[in-house]
Amino acid sequence: MVLLFPRAFSRWIALLTTTATFAISLATFFCHDLDLAHFTTIVRAPWVPALGMNYHLAVDGISLTLVLVTSITAVSSVLFSWDIDQRVNEFFFWLLLVVGSSFGVFLSADLFLLFVFYELVIVPKYFLIAIWGSTNKEYGAMKLTLYSFFGGALVFIGIIAAYVSAGSLDLNELAQFQFTPQLQSWAFPVLFLGFAVLAGIWPLHTWAPTGHVAAPTAGSMLLAGIVMKLGAYGGLRVAMNLFPQGFQMWRNWIAILAVIGIIYAAAVALRQRDLKFVIGYSSVSHMGFVLLGLATANVLGVSGAVLQMFSHGVIGALLFAVAGRMIYRRTHTRDLDQLSLMDLNRALPFAAFVFVIASAASMGIPGFSGFAAEITILIGVWKTFPIAVWITGAGMVLVAAFTLRALKKSFFEGGPAAPSGGVKEFAASSPLMTSPAERPIHLEPITIPEKLGAGLLMFTTLAIGIYPKFLLDRIQPAVEAMRFLAR
Amino acid sequence: MSYLDLLKLAAPEAIVTLTALVVLVIGLTTNRGTVVAGVSVAMLKPAAAGTAAVTRFCTLVGALGLIIAIEAIVLLPSRANLFHGMLVISPLNSLFQIVCLVLAFFTVLLASRETPNYGEYLAIVLLATIGLLLLVSSEELLMIFIGLELTGLSLYLMTAFDKTDIRSAEAGLKYFLFGSTASAFTLFGLSFIYGMAGTTSLAAIAEGLAAQSLSPLLFAGIVMTLVGFAFKIAAAPFHLWAPDAYQGGPVSSAAFIASGSKVASFVVLGKIVLVGFGPVHGSAEWHAMVAGWSPVLAVLAAFSILIGNLVALVQTNLRRLLAYSAVAHAGYTLLGIIAGGRAGFSATLFYTTIYAFTLIGAFGVVALVRRETGGDDLRNFAGLRARSPLLAGCMAIFMLSLAGLPPLAGFFGKFYLFSAAFRAGANHGLLWLVALALFGSLISLYYYLIVLKVIFQTQGAETPSLSSPAQNGLSRLTIVFAAAIVLFLGIAPEFLVARILAVLQ
Repeated sequence: MVLLFPRAFSRWIALLTTTATFAISLATFFCHDLDLAHFTTIVRAPWVPALGMNYHLAVDGISLTLVLVTSITAVSSVLFSWDIDQRVNEFFFWLLLVVGSSFGVFLSADLFLLFVFYELVIVPKYFLIAIWGSTNKEYGAMKLTLYSFFGGALVFIGIIAAYVSAGSLDLNELAQFQFTPQLQSWAFPVLFLGFAVLAGIWPLHTWAPTGHVAAPTAGSMLLAGIVMKLGAYGGLRVAMNLFPQGFQMWRNWIAILAVIGIIYAAAVALRQRDLKFVIGYSSVSHMGFVLLGLATANVLGVSGAVLQMFSHGVIGALLFAVAGRMIYRRTHTRDLDQLSLMDLNRALPFAAFVFVIASAASMGIPGFSGFAAEITILIGVWKTFPIAVWITGAGMVLVAAFTLRALKKSFFEGGPAAPSGGVKEFAASSPLMTSPAERPIHLEPITIPEKLGAGLLMFTTLAIGIYPKFLLDRIQPAVEAMRFLAR
Repeated sequence: MSYLDLLKLAAPEAIVTLTALVVLVIGLTTNRGTVVAGVSVAMLKPAAAGTAAVTRFCTLVGALGLIIAIEAIVLLPSRANLFHGMLVISPLNSLFQIVCLVLAFFTVLLASRETPNYGEYLAIVLLATIGLLLLVSSEELLMIFIGLELTGLSLYLMTAFDKTDIRSAEAGLKYFLFGSTASAFTLFGLSFIYGMAGTTSLAAIAEGLAAQSLSPLLFAGIVMTLVGFAFKIAAAPFHLWAPDAYQGGPVSSAAFIASGSKVASFVVLGKIVLVGFGPVHGSAEWHAMVAGWSPVLAVLAAFSILIGNLVALVQTNLRRLLAYSAVAHAGYTLLGIIAGGRAGFSATLFYTTIYAFTLIGAFGVVALVRRETGGDDLRNFAGLRARSPLLAGCMAIFMLSLAGLPPLAGFFGKFYLFSAAFRAGANHGLLWLVALALFGSLISLYYYLIVLKVIFQTQGAETPSLSSPAQNGLSRLTIVFAAAIVLFLGIAPEFLVARILAVLQ
C-alpha cells in the first residue's frame, strides 16, 4: 500500500496512485473491527536481522487519521499541480516520493524504518522547491533542507540513545522499556526538539515561512499539509511515548515555546505584505496549537492535537492552493497591496469563495474543523495550564485579525469603489498588462482540476467540523493506550 | 613448506603480478610501434587505430587477470597462516582482498584510454593492487610495511603519470614527499614497537604489550605508527597531500587512491590497533577511554571531521571538494575503530567499503565530464542533467549517499557507525564525537547539495562534446554498476553487514 511509487511518467499515474491510496486509507478508516488502540501489523519482514531491524508497517488510530489527511492532501496537490509544464515526470516523481515516505513515517512500527522515511522526505523537498519554486527559491530550499537535516541529526542522536540502551528498534517493545531517568532527561529534549523543528516550533520555525513561500503550490500544500505533521507525529509517537519521564520534566517548556509560537507567529503574520508569508506564519501559529495540545499530556489535549494536525493539514493545503495556484499563477503577484487593487472578488469568484471558507476554518469559526480541533485542545489545556488558555485566547484574536486582513486585502478591497486611477497606475506598471486599458479581470478562469481539488478539501474541513466525533472516536483509543498519560 | 604450497596459497597475488607483467610487455611493444609509425605521416592513421585496439586489449587482459584473481581467492582454503603471519588467509582477509580487486577492476575500466603509455599505466595500477592484497592479507609488521611501500610507490607514479599536465607532476611530487616522510614515521614507530614487544607478529605483540604499562617509549611508537596511517587515510592534520593528489593526477588514479588504498589502509589500521595495540592500557587522565591509542585517534577524527567539512565548503573544483570530503569521511570512519570491538570494526569496514564504491563512481562521473567539457570545476557540471540524465542521476545517488541520506548506503553506514561509537564509550563517553560527526554531516549536506544544484538547475553553456559517447560506454556501465551497488547496499545492507560480522568471529 505504501511503496506504491512507480516512477510517475505522467500526471495521470500520479493522480491514479494518490487516489488509490486515498481510497485504501478511506476504506481502512471505515473498517470497524480494527484494534485502534494498538498497532495492527500490515507488513512485517526482517530487514537487517543482524542489527534487529525490521521492515514493519502497522497502523493504529493516530496513524490512520494522519494517513487519511496525507492522502487527501496528496490527491488535491496533484490536482493543483496539473499545469506544471516543465520536467513533469521529475516533478511527480519527487511529489510521490514525499507522499510515499510520509505514509512510511506514519505507518512505521520500527524506529529505524521511521527514521529512514523521515529523512527520505528531505531531498525531494529540496528538489521540488529548488527547481519548480518561485521567489528566492534556492535560498528557501537550502534553508528548509538544512533545518530539516539539523532536526534529523538531533533525532538521530535520540534514536541511537534509545536503540543502544534498549537494544531493540521495535516501537512496541521500546514503549514498554523502562529507560533510566537520567537518560530520559537528556534524550527526550534532544529527540523532541529534533522532531519539533519540522513541526515549526518557535524559535526554530523560520524555515517554514521561507520554505512555504519559495515552494511551488503543490510543494507548499505538501509542506503545510503533511511534512509539518511528520514532526508533530514523531514527537508524539517517538519522543513522548518512549521517554515519558523526560516528557514530564520538559513539558512546561514545550508549552511555553508553543504559546510563544502561537502569539509570535500570529503577530508577525499581521505585518506581512506577501500573501504566502501570511499563510506561512499562520501555519506556524496553528502548529503551535498542536504542540500545546501535546504538552497537556491528557487525553483531550493530545487527541485535540491530532485532530488539529488533521484539520490544519486540510486547511493549510487549501489556503496555499488558493494563494499559490489560484491567485499567484494568474496575477503573478502575492503582494497584498497590489492584490487589493485587482478586484479579485469579481475576477475569480470561485477563488474568493474558497478563500472565505478556508479563512473561516482557519480562524476557528464553529462548523469547521479548525474550531473543533482548537476547542478540544483548549479544554485539554484548561486542565493543566489554565493560564495558557488566556494567552492563547488572545492569540486566536490575532489569528482572526490577520486572516481577516488578508481576506479583505486580497479579495474584498478595491473593485469599482477603488479609485480608478490607482488601478490604472498599477495596470501600467505591471508587466502582465500589455495596455493600460486591459484590466486584470481577464484572468484565466478556474480550471476543473482546481475545482475538484478545492472541493475535496472544503468538503473535508466541513465534514470534520460538523462531526468531529468521526475522527475523535479513532484517535482517542490510541491516545489512551499511550503511557505518558499516567501521571 | 614447499614452494609449490606457497605458490598455491599466494595464487591471487601471483596472478595479478603475472597480469601486470603481461600488460607491461604489451604496452612496451606497441609503444615502440607507435614511435616508429609516427615518423611517417602517411602511416599515422593505421598506427593510431592499432594503438586503440591494443589499449583495448590491455584493458581486457588487465580486467581478465583481476577476475581470475578473484576466482583464485574464492578457491583458496578458508584458513592458512604462512611464516608466522606474513601471509594469512582468513575469511576476513579474503573478503577484503575481493573488495580491493573489484575496486581495481573498476579503476581499470575507468582509466582513460587516451593516457599515453597506457600499458605501463595499467601495469602500475596492477602493482598497486598487489600492494593492497599484501597489506590486507598480512598480520605481520614487516610485511605490512612492504605492502604499504609497494602501494605507496605505485600510487606516487600513478599520480604523476600525466606528463602533459604540470599539476600532475606537482601533485605526484607532493604526494611522494609527504608519503615518504609518513613512511619514515611508520617505520620508526614500528621499530619502537618491535623493540618493546620483541616480535613483529601482531598477535604476539598483543601478548607482549599486555603486560606493560604505557611507557613514554611505547606511546611514542604508537603515535608514530598512527601518524603514518593517518597519512594513508588522509586524516587531518596529515591530509595536505590529498587535495592536490585528487585534483592533479589522472582521474582514475585519484579514484584508486580514494577507494582501494583507503579500504586496505583501514583494514590494516583496524588490525594493528585492535589486535596489536588492543591490550595497551590507557593513561590516568583518559581512563574513561579503554586503550592508550584511543585519545590519539579521537583527536585525529575530530580534526578530520571539522577541517574536512569546513574547508570543503569553499571549494569550486569538484575533485578538490571530494578530497576534503574524503578527509571528513576518514574522520567518521575512525569512529568505528575508536569504538573498537566487533561492532565497531565491522561498522568501519562496512563504511569504508561503501565509501570506496561511492567515490569510485563519483570519480567516474568526473572523468566522463572532464572528457566531455575539458575540466572538472563545478561550472563544468552545469547542465549535466540535460546533457546526460543518466550520469546526473548516478551523481545524485553518490552525493546523497556521501551526505548520508536514505535509502542509500551512506545513510545506513553512518547509522551503524554512530550507534557503534555511541555504545562503546563507558557512560556514552564518545557522545561528543558522535555529535560532532553529525554536525559535520549537516555541513557536508550543504556542499553536496550545491553540487547537485549545479547539475540539476544551472543551465550549462552548450559545449560541443569532445568525445563520442560510444567511447565511454564501458565507463558508463561501470558508473551505473557502482550506483547500483550503493543503492542496493542502502536498501539491503544485510548483504554486506552479515558477511562482515560473520568473518569477524
